Amino acid sequence: MNAPTPSPAHEAMRTAGGVNDFAIKIATVNGTGSASANGMLMQAIFRMGIPISGKNVFPSNIQGLPTWYEIRVNGDGHTARTPIFDIVIAMNPQTYAQDVATVASGGWLLHDSTWPLDAALARDDIHFVGIPLARLCAENFTGNRTRILMKNITYVGALVALLNLDMDVVSGMLTEKFAKKAHLLDANRIALKLGEDYAREHFECPLPIRLKAMDATADHIMIDGNTAAALGCVFAGATVAAWYPITPSTSLVDGFTRFSKRFRTNEDGTRNVIIMQAEDELSAAGMTIGAGWAGARSFTSTSGAGISLMNEFLGLAYYAEIPSVFFNIQRTGPSTGMPTRTQQGDIFSTIYASHGDTAHIALFPGDPFECFHMAKDAFDLAERFQTPVFVLSDLDIGMNDWMIPRLEWDDSYVPDRGKVLSAEQLDAMEHFYRYLDVDGDEIPYRSIPGVHPRGAYFTRGSGHDKYGRYTEDSELYQEVVDRLKRKVNSSGATSPQPLIERQDGAQFAIVTVGGCDRAVREAIAQYAEQGIAVDFMRIRAFPFADSVEEFLAEHEHNYIVEQNRDGQLHRILLLETEIERRRITSVVNYNGLPLSAHHVTSGIGKVRA
Amino acid sequence: MSYIKKPVARHPGMPKNALGLTARDYEGSLSTLCAGCGHDSCTAAIVQAFWRLSIEPYKAVKLSGIGCSSKTPTYFLGEAHGFNSVHGRMPSVATGANAANGDLVYIGISGDGDSLSIGLGQFCHAIRRNVNLTYVLENNGVYGLTKGQFSASADVGSKSKKGEVNEAQPIDPVMLALTLGATFVARSFSGDKDQLVPILEAALRHKGFAFIDIISPCVAFNDHKGSTKSYMYTREHYHAVTEADLVPLRSPIEAKQDLGTATRVKLHDGSSLTLRPVDEDFDPTDRGGVMQHLTTLKEAGEVATGLLFVDPETTDMHAMNRSVGTPMVQIPFEDLCPGNAALQDLMAEFR
Repeated sequence: MNAPTPSPAHEAMRTAGGVNDFAIKIATVNGTGSASANGMLMQAIFRMGIPISGKNVFPSNIQGLPTWYEIRVNGDGHTARTPIFDIVIAMNPQTYAQDVATVASGGWLLHDSTWPLDAALARDDIHFVGIPLARLCAENFTGNRTRILMKNITYVGALVALLNLDMDVVSGMLTEKFAKKAHLLDANRIALKLGEDYAREHFECPLPIRLKAMDATADHIMIDGNTAAALGCVFAGATVAAWYPITPSTSLVDGFTRFSKRFRTNEDGTRNVIIMQAEDELSAAGMTIGAGWAGARSFTSTSGAGISLMNEFLGLAYYAEIPSVFFNIQRTGPSTGMPTRTQQGDIFSTIYASHGDTAHIALFPGDPFECFHMAKDAFDLAERFQTPVFVLSDLDIGMNDWMIPRLEWDDSYVPDRGKVLSAEQLDAMEHFYRYLDVDGDEIPYRSIPGVHPRGAYFTRGSGHDKYGRYTEDSELYQEVVDRLKRKVNSSGATSPQPLIERQDGAQFAIVTVGGCDRAVREAIAQYAEQGIAVDFMRIRAFPFADSVEEFLAEHEHNYIVEQNRDGQLHRILLLETEIERRRITSVVNYNGLPLSAHHVTSGIGKVRA
Repeated sequence: MSYIKKPVARHPGMPKNALGLTARDYEGSLSTLCAGCGHDSCTAAIVQAFWRLSIEPYKAVKLSGIGCSSKTPTYFLGEAHGFNSVHGRMPSVATGANAANGDLVYIGISGDGDSLSIGLGQFCHAIRRNVNLTYVLENNGVYGLTKGQFSASADVGSKSKKGEVNEAQPIDPVMLALTLGATFVARSFSGDKDQLVPILEAALRHKGFAFIDIISPCVAFNDHKGSTKSYMYTREHYHAVTEADLVPLRSPIEAKQDLGTATRVKLHDGSSLTLRPVDEDFDPTDRGGVMQHLTTLKEAGEVATGLLFVDPETTDMHAMNRSVGTPMVQIPFEDLCPGNAALQDLMAEFR
């Protein structure tokens, strides 16, 4: 059974937080309708103007297994996961023991008091909040399904009172949600009131952990990375999507389909897009490459297992220089691994994908905001450098709702199609050679099928010379693959540059990647509270920009924080830069759960000791 | 796949098509296949078919997988974009290219090794999607490039050059295509250009997945006694069930054609296809009847050839998708990007 790691040692346990600084965990059974109640709870807090994040820790299953939803409320804007919870809503007897263990000392546990307190929940350093959810719902609703669903809304109602959640905001959301389903609106309102009234009657409300309206979310949205990436694909002008369902990437193409219906459907019902569900990832890769070759902006979305399957095609796209975009929403490997847990375990297998000498451009979004913008960057880079480009997101970024600044689109944006020859240009040329470096910048000119007879060439994954002709000649072969290496390496100057933040008197540096961003920033804030200045760099693309190595060389101690067992980024830095080994130290977390500041500081503490 | 440029020879007397091009203009580089290879005859038939249909070479796209047959796209349509992809995965590349630009004429060349083993899945799914693609399977029952292993189409009892007898059941791509709902299914023989060229023409005009299985003997590794894919065996067991004739759009339909028992099928572009049954009562529009007929012939040891099944009223991949009429690659960016105002409207939904 998939279960979150029980809380680390008691050293990490702290007494409950206070106003706008606490974490909630809701333990339920999947398939019982808790997801929408939990989402509503989070959204309501966001609408109160308070920074928040939600992490869905769910099983690879449709119904009946334990699932958790974690909400972090933090007025200072720290929204990384935290492994310790101030209040736990224990709705699932299967996981009582492990759930009660994650309550911070002095915290609260909300349980269904229809029945006596389960022995598994006993703990003498926390408060118990018993609400007879099952009894209240049995008395007020008919039908098993409704009773189960309304239990979720009832605990949300209790939290309205316990946490000082704004009732107007919550009922406003219910009205929006059930505008066309009056009977459901009534039931939800009743359930909400049942929970609220019971809590007010039986407990001192609100608890010391409570909400207070702020104005810190006005220019922000709550969105998951897959949805944001899908939007980025629509805005960047992608017209061909080929995919095969795999958690946690599926919602990216689902989003693209949804937005395409809205933005790419003509009045006569025809579509300016084609979305193909392939028979497998191999086919999805082939379609993506075929469409890129024929001149469309095409992409696929997959996870690590899909990248493994696509490997042969990825080498072809690299060698034959075909623009194509691949989203890898990483999950926990190896093999099937833990399909519904997060990890950054595919850095190696993605950037060096396929047999022979290869290296691919990869972008590492740190949150959904960057998923949106890097989707566009990926298409531009793919066409400019005529090569597959990977966007390495992960389950935490892709499937969880993150608070990010409102997305903006620059209407002056013009797609970078790279060196594509028009019919007029081809007509004026004496000869066209597909792989000839005419401009001395390692990037040849490209022709699109059907544009001009002179543009015709034969694309092949077999050995070819710079004229595009088949070859088995050593020198002619090497000339092309050497140029490919220089070409891909040169992307480091134009791809998204590393984010670097320096402090005066920094004692060391933390270097990180992707979705570690929030946890590392929180860790750096914690160090600052202790008077320790720490420099920060988040790498956002491979091949690395020159500034990556320069930053590393500035510091005696760089801690490379990432979410995989083997320190893949750490190893790649050793391979791809001239940095001395003594300057960089690997700090990893690979338990499948989103990184927390606690993991960062304790990990660094261990290696510094 | 060596690259040997073919010397340009002009014969002033060569007939020209509607574009003023001769068949030479539809050729590619010199073949490096073995002398007498059936595949070269297939290439010659493809050149003829494109020439006769007056398709502009650069408006065609030719694709292949890996193997002897997959080498052949270099030998025809020198002015068309070509793509030699990976083993068995040509269908997905062709599907993607067609998705991007459905206005070009797509021809995919594969072999029995390429299509019926690693490529079997992609072959099946391209049929399901009804990609507008002429799919030529040059079938010789053997892996030629790796020197003579049986392929999945080798018949039970067929003998390899080394003397081994195949005992595994063959995959019959024609029956498979019919089962999967293919909308155009034909089988021909590389040695019968009179039959093959009209079938290719009809396939190129068919809007949807047009499958042609061509028995194309391997002279180096599968043309010996005991092989069921040799020239001699095929000639002896060859059984044409229909004769096909394509009358392209706007060509006058000659009065001399006595339809008799023939079926005339109108293709999507207005061309008309006449299918004259050789076998009595054979109806190339009755899928179940065709399958029954082929089974009977197979049991009698006959290789049924001809345009075996056609359904011109099909929904191809773009129709299923309701793609706009303009190829995806030609839609202006302004029509693809919703712009910031639309994005701001959308942002309210994420609050």
